[in-house]
Amino acid sequence: MEEIVARHRGRPGPLIPILDEVQTELGWLPRWAMIAVARGLDVPVADVYGVASFYSFFRLSPPGRTRVQVCMGTACYVRGSQQILDALERKLGIKAGDTTADRRFSLESVRCVGACSLAPVIVTGEDCHAKMTTAKLDKMLDACDP
Amino acid sequence: MSEVAQEKQDLPAIERCHVLICAGAACVASGAMEVEAAMKSKISALNLEAEVSLFDTGCVGTCDLGPVVIVYPEGTFYVKLKPADAEEIVTEHLLKGRVVQRLLSKDADHVEVPSIFEHPFFAKQKRIALRNLGVINPESIDEYIAVGGYASLGKVLEMTQDEVIKLVLDSGLRGRGGAGFPTGRKWAFAKAVEADQKYVIINGDEGDPGAFMDRSVLEGDPHSVIEGLAIAGYAIGATQGYAYVRAEYPLAIKRLQIAIDQAREYGLLGKGIFGKFDFDLEIRKGAGAFVCGEETALMRSIEGMRGQPRPKPPFPAVSGLWGKPTIINNVETLANVPAIIQNGPFWYSSFGTETSKGTKVFALAGNINNTGLIEVPFGTTLREVVFEIGGGIPNGKEFKAVQAGGPSGGCIPASLLDIPLDYESLQKAGAIVGSGGLIVMDSDTCMVDVARFFLEFTVDESCGQCTPCREGTKRMLEILTKITKGRGTLEDITKLETLAKAITQTSLCQLGITAPNPVLSTLRYFRDEYLAHVVDKTCPAKVCRELITFDILPDKCTGCTICARNCPTHAISGERKQAHVIDQSACIKCGECLVRCKFDAVVKV
Repeated sequence: MEEIVARHRGRPGPLIPILDEVQTELGWLPRWAMIAVARGLDVPVADVYGVASFYSFFRLSPPGRTRVQVCMGTACYVRGSQQILDALERKLGIKAGDTTADRRFSLESVRCVGACSLAPVIVTGEDCHAKMTTAKLDKMLDACDP
Repeated sequence: MSEVAQEKQDLPAIERCHVLICAGAACVASGAMEVEAAMKSKISALNLEAEVSLFDTGCVGTCDLGPVVIVYPEGTFYVKLKPADAEEIVTEHLLKGRVVQRLLSKDADHVEVPSIFEHPFFAKQKRIALRNLGVINPESIDEYIAVGGYASLGKVLEMTQDEVIKLVLDSGLRGRGGAGFPTGRKWAFAKAVEADQKYVIINGDEGDPGAFMDRSVLEGDPHSVIEGLAIAGYAIGATQGYAYVRAEYPLAIKRLQIAIDQAREYGLLGKGIFGKFDFDLEIRKGAGAFVCGEETALMRSIEGMRGQPRPKPPFPAVSGLWGKPTIINNVETLANVPAIIQNGPFWYSSFGTETSKGTKVFALAGNINNTGLIEVPFGTTLREVVFEIGGGIPNGKEFKAVQAGGPSGGCIPASLLDIPLDYESLQKAGAIVGSGGLIVMDSDTCMVDVARFFLEFTVDESCGQCTPCREGTKRMLEILTKITKGRGTLEDITKLETLAKAITQTSLCQLGITAPNPVLSTLRYFRDEYLAHVVDKTCPAKVCRELITFDILPDKCTGCTICARNCPTHAISGERKQAHVIDQSACIKCGECLVRCKFDAVVKV
């Protein structure tokens, strides 16, 4: 933590790159980490929390082992991504934005991942699943977290 | 510079053929890397390494055909490859010189297209911003230099700043991020301001859903964007640049960083570029806020704050990043700049229309046969794009509308298919060029639901700073949701129009000002659909769940039980080999039965 803050201190606009690196390290931004960043940069904790809560990239709760991101961009939407998100919510028993109790999956609805020609698209970790249908969901979930 | 390029071009051509694998995001997602690995191992197994070179290239544009491979010099264009196909290409084509006919792309009449040069998808295109995609390896600065890269920067440094600005003004280049402001004028404003430090920024925060050209250019030709930015920097007198790129685009960030490192190594970034100019560039990741595509919000984000826009003036060209004069140019705009310098402003302005010069990259997606990335001269008609380049609507469905310009844009109906795609015509039709996303919708799309979808987007992405945008869009969304649930009244439609006017007139930034556009344009062209929801309580496209029911046609149902087995609420019952029925009280209208039925026995009514 201290090392990350130290590396960016003095550079212009350091807060977002620091939070990015902290999140890469921890997987999310716990309260204690935001307090540590605020102390390290000598800024109010409210400033750090304000930034962390503004950007959807920053997570304020721990994610599941596999993040399932359903693209809800326009192209995916007109090709039926809502139906896929609904089916995933039923299958996992959680709403978009939540994590399953066993921490296997967190489900997110995201805005356009820029793979519109493959719509509808789901991203799990670094894998992009193209032309998804509800029929392919079970296999995809099993492959992500056997 | 030209000596370096010359030297590179004079290298003896030792390879018999060049095999290019599209490494755009769509091809990678369809398995391009597995295809490449298979080819590589086969090439080495057959000892062809000395004769054949194999490398990645940027997005070719035919995204629905991926993974694709192009074999030069013939330009043989292989599509939809599996690893086993790749091996066959090596043993047949690369070793024995026989084209593998069955893997070639086909035209609309299912006839094999012999080479990429004759492919109908490319026939109407003019690729300027995309000139190097599918041609060079994005991770090699040598290849970029070999096609004339960085020569424009060298040329510019021999000119005065005013000459450079005049050249860009003469070309008629306008910002490709949405607003279409003349690039040269933006530069001239920033040049005119005296300051100890100025900044130039690449806006790679491509937030419009349905647009992926900036991603593809950054992934496929990062050096052209860097060169364009360095030229902008020289023109206005900036020595520091920032590239603001969405965190959702990891591959773009990676390739841009590789390009920056290579350019530094070659002395094309850093101190004393060509002995004349200091300029450096740093990447800042966007952290997932659509509003950061707005200039003043983007700068606040780089400064490390919440990305909230501020009123203009002062414009960024006068007081921008850290209060210094700053210009922000879109990725596509910058990718055009080196080509304009190289070929001259009047070459560029010879393409396009009177007021919209040059070419524009459009992302074709939605319900269309050929999805992908295209670049056409401004003034090309929507019909040409959708039906000639895009290959029309799949599954025999009818064209209904094109959504142009994302959440700030509008829907263009079938009656306007002959509209020329340029800034003015689209604006008149109630849409915008915007970043160039074109989402094609067929008869299965409900326009009220689409309007609701965009408002939901805006409500999510509103920064919350000004009341008209924060509260106004929320009220509009509530009304639209009410209408899609069949509880709307005629008065609601009037309310929507009143709210839209107020939001447009009083919002702080373009996000709010343009937020009502999707509603206004659908009201303008598809009012009858709104009336059907409100008066008849029906959804003509059969999308809005509260207004439809699912039914099983007894004469078509074979009793295969697949619907019953997949129904999440067990609402379907019936004996094996007997017609099934849906218990409407238990049905949640998820549509799973309709998707699964192989006999078209499930219908929406």
